[in-house]
Amino acid sequence: MTLPPLDSPQWDGSLKAFAFGLRATSATILSVVLFVTFIGIGALAHDTHFSMLWAILSTVLVWAGPAQIILVSTLGSGQTILQSAIAVTMSAIRLFPMVVAVLPLIRGPNTKRRHLVLIAHLTAVTLWVECYRFLPHVPRERRIAFVHGLGSGLMAVALVATIIGYLLAANLSQTFGAAVLLLTPLAFLFSTLRNARELADVLALGLGLVLYPVAAQLNSGVDILISGVVAGTIAFGAHKWRERREAA
Amino acid sequence: MSDFIGDWHALFVLLVAGVIPNQIWRLLGLWFGSGLDEGSDLLMWVKAVATAILAGVIAQILVQPPGALASVTWGLRYGAVVAGLAAFLASRRSIFAGVVCGEMVMLAGKWWLG
Repeated sequence: MTLPPLDSPQWDGSLKAFAFGLRATSATILSVVLFVTFIGIGALAHDTHFSMLWAILSTVLVWAGPAQIILVSTLGSGQTILQSAIAVTMSAIRLFPMVVAVLPLIRGPNTKRRHLVLIAHLTAVTLWVECYRFLPHVPRERRIAFVHGLGSGLMAVALVATIIGYLLAANLSQTFGAAVLLLTPLAFLFSTLRNARELADVLALGLGLVLYPVAAQLNSGVDILISGVVAGTIAFGAHKWRERREAA
Repeated sequence: MSDFIGDWHALFVLLVAGVIPNQIWRLLGLWFGSGLDEGSDLLMWVKAVATAILAGVIAQILVQPPGALASVTWGLRYGAVVAGLAAFLASRRSIFAGVVCGEMVMLAGKWWLG
């Protein structure tokens, strides 16, 4: 999908920008990935004996694939609410930097914090990745409406998939169940790699992959956080070091 | 209809262990992120950490697989990802090619090994 030029009259009005955002959902392979990921989540929720309403609410209110997978599998394996909550909180920490990184792309000089509440809720890995791709082609004063459209479109895709996955679950064999669950790491790995522009991004991804199994040996309950901060900091340090060397 | 809703205890758990832990971080991002500059060092560091944490989640699903994925041997799980990565790079960064190739290798391997 090609968006109109930044100064085009087609951008007049928030409703049009919302519609462009909604339509952008159909222009990305990540919608397919999202669809299949949430089929997996719906199926997992069914297999761990949660209700359909539970699965629907988890997609709409949690709106973070990895967190939902962690929540369903920890609760399903009989861990306490506290342990699940800690595991989910740790996986959700990455939403903090995502929101922090997305908002400056969207905020204009007159934007109030309350205008951004819905965007903060819609922010998750797919939206984060797509904002970097689409927003340079959207006029700044229309970005809030555009992202509202993009986010609601993505959520609608995920919601339909959750329901289909839940209904399919009874018929999914173990092999296909495994195939659906493997989609999540494959899709997230390649979409992040595709959008990695700087050395720091690639390094953070690679080091994060390699360091997690090491950190997991600690069995601290916050292993993902430890490997993430260490890998991210090294990647950032390497980037700064190279920047300084090039400047010198 | 009660099948659709399920029990209220499970919905309460969803709120406590699922919704609140996620929304807290989004609200903190909204609260503290407003004063940050797009190109600042802090934001760059934060972005690198976010990417590395996501990489950690990817690694966790592969190393400690949930549900049905645990039925696939570790060699096959890693092999599928490596094959997918090769296809991704060979196809000039097509996400679709990477995902399809990884899945095919996993399904073929599982069929082969029984």
